[in-house]
Amino acid sequence: MSVLKIEDLQVSVETEQGTKHILRGVDLTIGEGETHAIMGPNGSGKSTLAYAIAGHPKYHVEGGSVTLDGEEMLTKTVDERARAGLFLAMQYPVEVPGVSVSNFLRTAKTAIDGEAPAIRGWIKDLDASMQALRMDKSFRERNVNEGFSGGEKKRNEILQLELLKPKFAVLDETDSGLDVDALKVVSEGVNRAKANTGLGILLITHYNRILRYVHPDFVHVFVAGRVAEQGGPELAVRLENEGYDRFLEGSNVG
Amino acid sequence: MAAPETTAPAARVEPVQHGFQAHSDGGSAFVPVQTRSERFTSTSADDFAAVTGLEFEWKFAPMAKIAHLTAEPLDGSVVEVAADAVDGFSVDWIAHDDALIGSAGAPEDRASANAWSTAEKALHVRVSGEEGGELIVRRTGFGSAPRAAHVVIEAAPNSRGVVILEHSGAANLAENVEIIVREGAQLTVVTVQEWDDEALHLSSHFATVGRDANLRHVIVSLGGSVVRVNPAIHLVEQGASTDAFGLYFADAGQFLEQRPYIDHVAANTRSRVNYKGALQGKGAHTVWVGDVLIGPHADGTDSYEQNRNLVLSEGTRADSIPNLEIETGNIVGAGHASSTGRFDDEQLFYLQSRGISEEEARRLVVRGFLAEIIQQIGSPALEERLAVAVEAELIRSQAAE
Ligand SMILES: Nc1ncnc2c1ncn2[C@@H]1O[C@H](COP(=O)(O)OP(=O)(O)O)[C@@H](O)[C@H]1O
Ligand SMILES: [Mg+2]
Repeated sequence: MSVLKIEDLQVSVETEQGTKHILRGVDLTIGEGETHAIMGPNGSGKSTLAYAIAGHPKYHVEGGSVTLDGEEMLTKTVDERARAGLFLAMQYPVEVPGVSVSNFLRTAKTAIDGEAPAIRGWIKDLDASMQALRMDKSFRERNVNEGFSGGEKKRNEILQLELLKPKFAVLDETDSGLDVDALKVVSEGVNRAKANTGLGILLITHYNRILRYVHPDFVHVFVAGRVAEQGGPELAVRLENEGYDRFLEGSNVG
Repeated sequence: MAAPETTAPAARVEPVQHGFQAHSDGGSAFVPVQTRSERFTSTSADDFAAVTGLEFEWKFAPMAKIAHLTAEPLDGSVVEVAADAVDGFSVDWIAHDDALIGSAGAPEDRASANAWSTAEKALHVRVSGEEGGELIVRRTGFGSAPRAAHVVIEAAPNSRGVVILEHSGAANLAENVEIIVREGAQLTVVTVQEWDDEALHLSSHFATVGRDANLRHVIVSLGGSVVRVNPAIHLVEQGASTDAFGLYFADAGQFLEQRPYIDHVAANTRSRVNYKGALQGKGAHTVWVGDVLIGPHADGTDSYEQNRNLVLSEGTRADSIPNLEIETGNIVGAGHASSTGRFDDEQLFYLQSRGISEEEARRLVVRGFLAEIIQQIGSPALEERLAVAVEAELIRSQAAE
């Protein structure tokens, strides 16, 4: 059983006004095959948590640890973490001019597996995943995320999730900006990855919507840089009805 | 009274590429030069004042290394080239008083004039086939003593072909390359500089493009200490067009310069200029000055020029200066874009977050950046070879960092 364990994680960023503390002691444990939803108001630090786990250089770890099966991730480089089995589907995927989707995917797959995938099987997997995500074959020759619509960028993230087969994935607002059809397609992709590989998921979302398609085992309410409350799926319903107001009292996020 | 001059701002400005800033690093936006068509020309070096290094055409260059090419006697004897026999192409030497000499232009600077008056013969490459073959001319024997050379590339009416000038070895060379594209011809000229580290090379290209003809002109500068290739392309008859590309990669201490000048003389002429450069290593310096002149009779001109530089390390300098003059109001389009951007950390993070090592991620991005130009060359074999050469350049300068 794989486990991703986040303990007392504290993270800051440098801003023009000086150091800003964002994460103030996050504790979370995600087991193999589990889906944890993280819900919270804008600015509460959800993306910061995602980036800190992935190792974005802008986010400074002040304390705490993130371990994958007991191995510390925070001292590893970004690519080492990915090769260890972590994946981040970004809220705003980056455009990479001049690098085709197919070249990018093959390079990433080769890096993660430590060897180039066998051509035939690889093309087959790629075609199948793209078809399931309703991505036209022409995307293979397009530059990564360049000129993609918001929905196409999100599908491209899930395509990578399916092909790279990580142990744990952080999905940062993968649902935002998607219409209902795209939301279903993307959710099915996440569920397929989970069924195929026993993926553990940290699903960051602002809304309840995606939770109808990707069912969470646990829901965590994230406020002012830490987990304020946790529960089962019923907590998401309650948040939808009541909003975050009762958590915001006394906090400095508003 | 000077002739009326209009220096127009970009007619359309491209959206800025992700991670790039729309400014020039080290260069100012517009150059206060006289109308380009009025620039002084002469085939005799003595008609030019001695070069001080302050002149606009020399101000970026490391004159200590190249002043002798503007001022001292050069060896103008023939240096043999290697070229396979290819159907539709001929290669020979012509006398320097041949009627062809001077038909595509005349020197605008002292090094060019010095070479013009010294070169004893000119290498004459003629394209007559209509099948579109490819001729590679290998120029490797210049050595390190100061030399002058002259090349004339001539495409017969309605001919098609690709002429590749490949340069390697030592060089201490000032030269002129004339390109004559006769009516209806489609000519590609590629000049590839992969000189030794110490090489000095000042090359002026002059092209004249006839009715409904097209010149695809490509400069690839990778190796050499000081390499400057300045193409002046004159679109002299109706329907003439040019696609001018450049690709350069400067590493530590290298100076690479290119000043494409597109001269729209006739009506309904079209030009596209696209140069891309990468810089890595202390003292890597590149210069791009792109002049486009749309003359008083060039109604219906459609032109666009751009230069993009990718800065891969500290201590480099990229000058990028677009200059557009429009002397007729009746044009289809005239635009320019120039940008110099640092390596984008977000791209790097994205690629690394997919397991790709930092080194490989950098290579992917640079290769991608330059691929746009490589893909335009029009010779599959050369495209493949240059993709590998650029990769090697990148690994070499990464290792030197
Ligand atoms: N790179 C950064 N520079 C400055 N401030 C940042 C940066 N990243 C996040 N922040 C700030 O940290 C807080 C949390 O941001 P974020 O993690 O994006 O929240 P969420 O994803 O929950 O909306 C916000 O106030 C945001 O402005
Ligand atoms: Mg966010």
